[in-house]
Amino acid sequence: MIANFGYGSLLIAWLVALYGIGAAAFGVWRKKPAWVDSARNAMLLTFPLLSLTALSLILLLVGGHYEIEYVAAVTSNSMPLYLKITALWGGQAGSLIFWSWLMSAFASAVTLRKWERDREFLPWVIVVSLVTLAFFLSLSLVVENPFNRLWVSPSGKVVEALLQPSGFTLFTQGDGRGLNPLLRHPGMIIHPPMLYLGFVSFVIPYAFAIAALLTGRTDDRWIRITRRWTLVAWLFLSLGLLLGSRWAYDVLGWGGYWGWDPVEIAAFMPWLTGTAFLHSVVIQEKRGMLKHWNMLLIILTYALVIYGTFLTRSGVIDSVHSFARSAIGPMFFAFIAFTFTASLVLLIRRWEALKSEGQMTNLFSREALFLANNLVFVLITAICFLGVNFPILTESLGAIGEALPALRNIFTAQKVTVGPQWYERITAPLFAAMLLLMGIAPLSAWGHSTSKTLGRALWKLALVSLLAPLYLILTGGRSLPALLGLWLAALVACVTLYEFWRAAAARQRTHKENFFLALWKLAGRNRRRYGGYVIHLGVVMMALGIIGVEMFQSETQGPLRPGEQLTLGQYAVRFDSLAEFPLADGRQVARAVVTVFKNGVSLGELYPRSDFYPEAQQSMNIAALHSTLEDDLYILLVDWQPVSADGATFKIYHNPLVNWLWLGGIVFILGTLVAVWPDKEPQAVARRLTPARLPQAPEQAA
Amino acid sequence: MARLKFIVGGVVILAAVVYLIVSSTAASAQYFLTVDELLNSANLYKDKPLRISGAVLGDSIQYDAQTLTLRFTIVHVPSDNKTIEAQGGLAQVLHAAVSDPARNRLQVEYRGAKPDLLRHEAQAIMTGRLGDDGVFYADELLLKCPTRYEEAVPQQSE
Repeated sequence: MIANFGYGSLLIAWLVALYGIGAAAFGVWRKKPAWVDSARNAMLLTFPLLSLTALSLILLLVGGHYEIEYVAAVTSNSMPLYLKITALWGGQAGSLIFWSWLMSAFASAVTLRKWERDREFLPWVIVVSLVTLAFFLSLSLVVENPFNRLWVSPSGKVVEALLQPSGFTLFTQGDGRGLNPLLRHPGMIIHPPMLYLGFVSFVIPYAFAIAALLTGRTDDRWIRITRRWTLVAWLFLSLGLLLGSRWAYDVLGWGGYWGWDPVEIAAFMPWLTGTAFLHSVVIQEKRGMLKHWNMLLIILTYALVIYGTFLTRSGVIDSVHSFARSAIGPMFFAFIAFTFTASLVLLIRRWEALKSEGQMTNLFSREALFLANNLVFVLITAICFLGVNFPILTESLGAIGEALPALRNIFTAQKVTVGPQWYERITAPLFAAMLLLMGIAPLSAWGHSTSKTLGRALWKLALVSLLAPLYLILTGGRSLPALLGLWLAALVACVTLYEFWRAAAARQRTHKENFFLALWKLAGRNRRRYGGYVIHLGVVMMALGIIGVEMFQSETQGPLRPGEQLTLGQYAVRFDSLAEFPLADGRQVARAVVTVFKNGVSLGELYPRSDFYPEAQQSMNIAALHSTLEDDLYILLVDWQPVSADGATFKIYHNPLVNWLWLGGIVFILGTLVAVWPDKEPQAVARRLTPARLPQAPEQAA
Repeated sequence: MARLKFIVGGVVILAAVVYLIVSSTAASAQYFLTVDELLNSANLYKDKPLRISGAVLGDSIQYDAQTLTLRFTIVHVPSDNKTIEAQGGLAQVLHAAVSDPARNRLQVEYRGAKPDLLRHEAQAIMTGRLGDDGVFYADELLLKCPTRYEEAVPQQSE
């Protein structure tokens, strides 16, 4: 009953979405605003309809309706209520419903804004949002229906279908298979929703970009309207990525935070192009340049959002995240191909209207440095894309080898994969370049700063920042990449703090305020800029953590009898005892007691454990952590003798500075919140204050 | 003049990145092979970084907790998704592989903790190198048990 209701409401939402697309297009074509208003109502109606669908599915999950295939696949009686609710996004079919629901919420919120000045955008924003929504709804309706029931024939054959096949009866089960133990973590409540929110909210700036291309209103109005939407999307995506890496650190038991897993990369790619977009729109707003580039970036970001969902959902690529293989792959591929080509065609049609109002002349002007930053972000995206698709690419390149015998040894059709090492080697110099740009760009000026003016502004701060690598050398650090990384991080920190100090001191003099009030008012005047600087400081802290783990992580492992100990650097871990006991929810727990010593001084007991989930026949290692700002000691119980319980095997990681990664993440998010907060700055003024064209005309410069 | 500066700068950066990609691919890319492909041209792949997948033979698993040395045997399974689907899904393919004594087999040695998912008919995906003794020395071991989650339909009773 509930299932039929949920499916019915899903079907109606899909029909309403199709109607909305038609009504909006018809309204524009025949210039009938009433039709556009009707399309807007259709858009608004999808949200309550999909809320009913999502609610039905949650009721089924919580109520233990195991005759529904999806419910049986992701829940079981022993799971706590919060996990039964979060199972909504614990499997493929449910997570697509969740995606659609969020999408309709965001798109509805956008259509509720005041449109007076931007009336012409409205129908096209509705069309783009609804086309995206209708695509996801059709996936749920046809291929990945979460409301399918299980039916059994008299001969015992079980099939999955929405409606009762003739001769079959409902297949009822007392319990489900339960959620994958790795997903039974409080992180499940917040990590996937944040990522999805980031994904769906990037659809909004894309919809406005397409609306701008379709209407021919190609000034930067679309960028100004969506500025905060883009930041919100970026905020959610950043949060999702950060939470995901913390979750991996807690759950996956390899002492790492990022594994270059295809699905991690799938979420990282739209973040990269989104970050590039956030920077490059500033150039368009201030100097009227890079208009084509901005369009291209937002089109690319949208394509990567859909591609990211596709990678996670289709099972094309092996990954810890991917769900089982499914038929939705080709549909995704067709949709991405369609939207991407259509967007590019629109962009080319408006190419002339998007001509730059100025030209870049100096390599060290701020706009040139922003452009370099964009190049770095896009190159990292390209490398990620190449890496994820390497197996597919190398396999299909075999066709070249078959066609041209001379090249047979190069193109062998043999699948080649790349791992973390590959990504790290290639992206490390690019991340270093990113830090360098972050260090020098704030000191550059729009238009005509040169290497000379920039050097004058920079050299003292560069000298000060050398203190950080110097300290590392004095304490025995000899790794060149670590020294370089540390210097760059210190440079960014110095420049950013100097910028805060300089601006606040200037304001202090002119406004006769005390320093902290001046600092506060300053951030309030230009939230995007100073929020951005706070984000940069967060990145510096994260860089410290990454340098610490990537370059100075050490590990050891070994079997211990009670009283014996393992040593790792200054630390020693003594195995005291081990106990095995069942929990009320059926888990079988093995819990070790160990004492941690640093330089011979006891730091107290820790309890690494391993939980066995009988219904999943899988166990999960829960690391014990001794955490300080200096380092983490990460202890895993990997094996033990069950009967006598007099021996256990431990694996220990020493992760220097890793907590700076998480703290930096918090600063990063706070900075983003500062930037997102509504600005009081009048909108159109900023542009007029700066000259739209550079002093030299292009032909003189050439 | 100005335009030239930007073009030269861009080309230099691109060239550097292309160089990085080529050199890293040469140094760290791994051939993704099946057991058959590896054994049919073992000389070709000696001492190259490899990624191998196969079905775990339950009886062969030996673990020495003192030295943390894990030894087991894997059996050839096809890697192509279409072939796997055509043969009834991954669980079926793994089951067929371990019950077929005629198939190619490969000895594996791995140092480290014994993963819980290492059991009969699991799919093992390993990175490592093939030794001169014909044993595959794995640095990294990933396991998949396809029957657990999101399998479309429960076991049919026949």
